[in-house]
Amino acid sequence: MADLLLTLSGVHTHIGPYHILHGVDFAVPDGEVTMLLGRNGAGKTTTLRSIMGLWTPTAGQIRFAGQDIAAMATPEIARLGIAYVPETMGIFTQLTVRENLLLATGPAGFKPHKLAEVLALFPVIELKFNQQAGGLSGGQKQMLAIARAIIEDRRLLVIDEPTKGLAPGVIVQLIEGFQRLKAARTTILLVEQNFEMARALGDSVAVMEDGCIVHRGAMADLAADTALQEHLLGLSLGALQ
Amino acid sequence: MKPVAPYLLLPVIMLLAFPLMSGPSWIALTVAGLAMGMMLFLMASGLALVFGLMDVLNFAHGGFITLGAYIAVSVLAPLTGWVNAGSWELNLMARAAAMLAAAIVSGAAGLAFEAIVIRRVYGAHLQQVLITVGGLIVADQLIVAIWGTQPLPLQKPAVLRGSFQLGGAAIETYRMAAVVLGLLVYAGMHFILNRTRIGLVVRAGVENREMVEALGYRITRLFVGVFVAGSALAGLGGAMWAQYQETVTPAIGAEMMILVFIVVIIGGLGSIGGCFTGALLVGLTANYIGFLAPKLALGSNIALMVLILLWRPRGLFPVGGR
Amino acid sequence: MTRQHPVLRLLLLSLFLALAFAPFLFPGTKSVATASRICIFIVLAASYDIMLGYTGIVSFAHTMFFAFGAYGVAIPLSRGWIGWDAILVGTIVGAALAALVSAAIALLSLRVQKIFFSMITLAVASLAQILATQLRDITGGEDGLTFSLPAELQPSFRFLADPIFGVRADGRLIGYYLTALIALALFLLMQRLVASPFGTVLQAIRENEFRAEALGYRTIVYRTIASAISAAIAAVAGGLMALLLRYVGPSATLSFDVMTDILLMVVIGGMGSLTGPALGAALVVLAHYYLQPFMQMGFDSLADVRILPALIHPDRWLLWVGTLFVLIVHFFPAGIVGAFRKH
Ligand SMILES: Nc1ncnc2c1ncn2[C@@H]1O[C@H](COP(=O)(O)OP(=O)(O)O)[C@@H](O)[C@H]1O
Ligand SMILES: [Mg+2]
Repeated sequence: MADLLLTLSGVHTHIGPYHILHGVDFAVPDGEVTMLLGRNGAGKTTTLRSIMGLWTPTAGQIRFAGQDIAAMATPEIARLGIAYVPETMGIFTQLTVRENLLLATGPAGFKPHKLAEVLALFPVIELKFNQQAGGLSGGQKQMLAIARAIIEDRRLLVIDEPTKGLAPGVIVQLIEGFQRLKAARTTILLVEQNFEMARALGDSVAVMEDGCIVHRGAMADLAADTALQEHLLGLSLGALQ
Repeated sequence: MKPVAPYLLLPVIMLLAFPLMSGPSWIALTVAGLAMGMMLFLMASGLALVFGLMDVLNFAHGGFITLGAYIAVSVLAPLTGWVNAGSWELNLMARAAAMLAAAIVSGAAGLAFEAIVIRRVYGAHLQQVLITVGGLIVADQLIVAIWGTQPLPLQKPAVLRGSFQLGGAAIETYRMAAVVLGLLVYAGMHFILNRTRIGLVVRAGVENREMVEALGYRITRLFVGVFVAGSALAGLGGAMWAQYQETVTPAIGAEMMILVFIVVIIGGLGSIGGCFTGALLVGLTANYIGFLAPKLALGSNIALMVLILLWRPRGLFPVGGR
Repeated sequence: MTRQHPVLRLLLLSLFLALAFAPFLFPGTKSVATASRICIFIVLAASYDIMLGYTGIVSFAHTMFFAFGAYGVAIPLSRGWIGWDAILVGTIVGAALAALVSAAIALLSLRVQKIFFSMITLAVASLAQILATQLRDITGGEDGLTFSLPAELQPSFRFLADPIFGVRADGRLIGYYLTALIALALFLLMQRLVASPFGTVLQAIRENEFRAEALGYRTIVYRTIASAISAAIAAVAGGLMALLLRYVGPSATLSFDVMTDILLMVVIGGMGSLTGPALGAALVVLAHYYLQPFMQMGFDSLADVRILPALIHPDRWLLWVGTLFVLIVHFFPAGIVGAFRKH
């Protein structure tokens, strides 16, 4: 079994007066793709935001590469080598595509080989390179958000529902992109509602319900067990299949 | 993406005023309006950026304007010889010393104010307004305790006192100098915002603070820097305005703040381009109407603001999703 | 109403009794005038609290609305239309104008952000200040307007030949009780308002705007109505102030000093409670009468020390008020009322 890069144990998070996460436990092995699944409102986004320090957990531990990051500020967490693609993508619409990418690079700016790699992965970005990012389509914005996450070498990518609201054609492109990242042994924590995508990419899987992890295991096992899928993920996934 | 109509407002206002007065008056008033607009821009830019970046509206911003004005008075008082000398080098040095001192002291005051007052009220609008209003009262009173309530005279440097002819109009030299300096500062800000990494981060932060932090930038530190720079610019603007008026009263900041608020509301809080356009609009309107119907000057600016809000509720150049 | 701490109840009860019997407990022109002033400022501060405490909006135009009522009463009286009808008409016109202007500002600014309301009220209030000094023919400019009152309110008027408990039964006594009763009525009205379903919605909006909006409340409508009501009540208080002073001028009604006092009253007393601002009003008015002279004494005794006198000069009153204000907002944002609520 691979080393664990990220481990959450007993994480509780409150948002204002509301208790959202009730002791979340799961781990992301180094070099693998871990899927975080669950119905709408299960607490997946809140979990990712807690990892990034955008909410501060009220109890529990979040260990990344050997240190506890639960109480750290967001910029410090990001500087440890975690890239985050939020559910809302976080594209700066008033900036150009180039500037959006540049923000994620180190002080020296673009590294030519990384830029070439990213542009090869998502050719459309090159076409729109100097345009305002606000003018991109939803799928293009999502590609830009992912490109921004990989424009520098990161140890972990944390990605929240990248296929949400995208057309099937674009989803296919995204899955292809992720498959290349997976082939390069990038460590990814991916929240996804699209079970096809989860099945195609995931090594292991954790399923959330009402702020708790209710299932953990290998993706292959869950993919093989339709009764379990139905039980854990319910109709929203059944409709997609 | 960018709307064009808001940019057209400036030439439209200038053209509207043209048939209402003689050519030379129009030229003189336009220069005066642009000069006032430039000084307003200096005072308003910090406020707009601080709001855009951290959602903090500092009602005590006017205190920095007043402070800058008084620092200029205090620095220029012992330099009267230089100010009155016919030599432009000495003039320039006195002036540079006054403005630099105004900017530095106001910036330092901004640093202290951020640490003592502002930092405690991030994210709480109501408390922010209340506590910065309280801070303004204290700052104003301290200024009065130091410099008194009597208006203090302040001289323009000798070489900038007269006027010169342009298209049949007499243009005050000082106004031209204010326009030039304002343009320089605007160009400098434009450069920093659009050509440097810090500027890129500021622009991104105005739109989405969380994402900038998730990219690893410590935005609170950046904010302190912007706050200090904004305070320094307000002090610089105050010093320039005081020299323009040739007198300083404790009310200078409060009076200008009314116009500064109108500027940032018109321009769209958080946008530097909007702030610039808004400042010029307010400066021009104040001068045209001040000439045509002196009693309506402030009223006309409020009317301008109301009209713009009816047309574009979020100001001419709104930024971000807030 | 939530149950109040016994000390708080005692304070409120003493304030009520002191004001109810002020002319008998504290005879003398000056102390009765002080009591009147407290009554008026209780109304003014409580009406401001409807904005600040119940809708979470900072307005800088409350003195302007106050002035609308004051000038509304002063203008007819100073032009020789001296009568109760003039007072009534003046107050109503002032209040209606205040409600209209306030609603207009709210509709214009609250579509965007609460903070716009603060900035626009500041701009409009300073315009009002300028207009009040410039429109000499109507407002008397800097000097303001002086006028005389209907006969029944004049000191020479006697409604009983004999004194009541040693207090002359004159027009001043009528004036005081008129002010106190109207103030009481307005205060009770405001308490009813904030306890009504309307007030409950206001508080829900203040607590969580998005939730309230999601529940289907048009927050802008509620806030606009609240700001109009608040402004109208401030105007009535202004009318009472005009009667008390028999004079109206920009510095007495419109200046930023008055606005600072109102803010201080509400914040010291405790926002969002109405009773808090009432206590705050009493405290601040008393402090003006008794603490400011005290500063003068301190100043006189320290006149030969260098820096200190400049700081405790009576003109530096606002320096200390401002410092106190910052400290309270920072450390006791719930004011006196909040301090009692916790224990
Ligand atoms: N800002 C917030 N304020 C209050 N409740 C929130 C907030 N964000 C999320 N929640 C609640 O937390 C729960 C989990 O939400 P979320 O983590 O977004 O779920 P998911 O991403 O799995 O769909 C939901 O019940 C949601 O209503
Ligand atoms: Mg989610």
